[in-house]
Amino acid sequence: MDFLAIFENTVRGLIGEQFIYFGLAAIGLNMHYGYTGLLNFGQAVFMAAGAYGLSMAVVSLGLNFWLGLVLGIIVFPLILSLIMGAPTLRLRADYLAIVTIASSEMFRIIARSPSLDRWTGSSDGLTAFANDFYEMSPFQPGRRYLFGLFIGNQMWVVVVGWALLATVVTLVWAMMRSPWGRVLRAIREDEDAARSLGKNAYWFKMQALMLGGMFGALGGMLRAIGTQSSQPQNFITDVTFFAWVALILGGVAKIGGPVLGAAILYGVLNFTDIALRQMVQSGIMPESIMDGTQVGQVRFMLIGLGLVSLAIMRPQGILGKKEEMALDDH
Amino acid sequence: MTTDFSSSLRMVSQDPGAAKPDPILTTSNVRRSFGGLVAVDVDHLEVQRGVITALIGPNGAGKTTFFNLLTNFDQPDAGTRVFEGRDLSGIPAHKVANLGMVRTFQLTKSLSRMTVIDNMRLGATSQEGEKLGKALLPFTWKRQEAEVTARADELLERFNLSHMREEFAGTLSGGQRKLLEMARALMVQPTMVMLDEPMAGVNPALKQSLLDHVKGLREQGMTVLFVEHDMDMVQEISDWVVVMAEGRIIAEGPPESIANNQAVIDAYLGAHHDSALDLGVE
Repeated sequence: MDFLAIFENTVRGLIGEQFIYFGLAAIGLNMHYGYTGLLNFGQAVFMAAGAYGLSMAVVSLGLNFWLGLVLGIIVFPLILSLIMGAPTLRLRADYLAIVTIASSEMFRIIARSPSLDRWTGSSDGLTAFANDFYEMSPFQPGRRYLFGLFIGNQMWVVVVGWALLATVVTLVWAMMRSPWGRVLRAIREDEDAARSLGKNAYWFKMQALMLGGMFGALGGMLRAIGTQSSQPQNFITDVTFFAWVALILGGVAKIGGPVLGAAILYGVLNFTDIALRQMVQSGIMPESIMDGTQVGQVRFMLIGLGLVSLAIMRPQGILGKKEEMALDDH
Repeated sequence: MTTDFSSSLRMVSQDPGAAKPDPILTTSNVRRSFGGLVAVDVDHLEVQRGVITALIGPNGAGKTTFFNLLTNFDQPDAGTRVFEGRDLSGIPAHKVANLGMVRTFQLTKSLSRMTVIDNMRLGATSQEGEKLGKALLPFTWKRQEAEVTARADELLERFNLSHMREEFAGTLSGGQRKLLEMARALMVQPTMVMLDEPMAGVNPALKQSLLDHVKGLREQGMTVLFVEHDMDMVQEISDWVVVMAEGRIIAEGPPESIANNQAVIDAYLGAHHDSALDLGVE
């Protein structure tokens, strides 16, 4: 068994690209669900907005990279929030849930359509739109960095990602301790109470939907940049639920919850993956129990088992407080 | 010093829909039906400024529905509601609160996972820090926040909740939640306070304190309209009583006389005769 490889892969999961993409998406969900009580089951569509906003701007429209950033991080998520939120935010929470999950699937299926090949690249997606990003990299593409964990371009994505995560976490922290954040929490607790005290609940919910969506778009865009491709397959509903898992694992309505949750989720996924593979290769795991091709599925079973145990033993997540959770019911 | 608040109502006739000398809230022909059921059908009601008016009636009389219509938490099928000279039609509920009419709820809505002091701070209106653009610039709202907090602490002191300041509102007892909700409503600095069953689920020990607080609102010049089942409370603190039954207002008058009103007795105990339409307006 190659213990060094196991260790390296686990660390790569804990602090690497997947952690960053899903950490950002989960921060967005925390804004939606944790602080405002909005049920967004379509975070994937915001991530797709970020990815396609940039890639379509650069590849299909021939616009400049920076304009693509603005489209992907600001314009697309704002339009999406308006479309999804305007008809549903006056209604009960479940309606937004339905609309978001439907929108994310609709977007993916429309983007995949061959008739839109010219714009979205259909199922192949769009590629090579982030050259400007890598040209700015201070790291040499051929070299390995951080004890050999990341090669040059990866290192650049990861460093930018960390900076973005730090910025977004600080931003959310600052916003949630302001009177604005207080109104969001009040809406989460009881929307009618907030309205009876003169707060325009609808507008505050819209703002939260937009902001959380923008954080998700940031994650999706970085993912597209990291792989130099935006493909419909990258935004299947599983993506939304990975972000949810990260949020619940870490702790809902906690500033560090989604970040810690994403790190642990990908740390564990990477660890189980490589550890199981090594066990099969070295013969510790007899082939009668499991072979190399089954590793991918088994690690998700283990994650599922872990989540179920967490739900039983620590439903409030790692950072959550049990007493607070108990106050949920009147 | 005791003031006789009901003196302003001495000359008012005791008919349903009677005109008041100085109404703060006037409604005309307000109707609301759910499917085939007409829940509220009130021809006319005026609520006198500066006094405590009770809205009573048997279960299912439409009191809470009418209450929701007055505060714009529900929209009527027809009719007008005028508060301080402003037509409330089409105004969202949160704006009604900003106009100075604030309500509480039958099932207390304390914001459980927020501290008592944050519950209070939330009530203050026109907060600069509630604008997203300024939320990230604490220097634009720090001063106002300090003023809001000072006002909140004063009210918590008055309502005997200071010792719970930093606790989650969800840890309060039922009676304390009623107190918190009332105190929080006052943070809005309303001219009219609408209380939906303020005594429901409150233990007798706290009852007197709550009653005193409601009287206190009147002494500070606020108008109070409350829905209540507790007849002791109605008798003790109200200056005027409005009785609803089957969606209509069947009687109005000072608390002393209302208990002897034949239409009211019929509504509560069942009419002696078959005709349900005879609502006994004399």
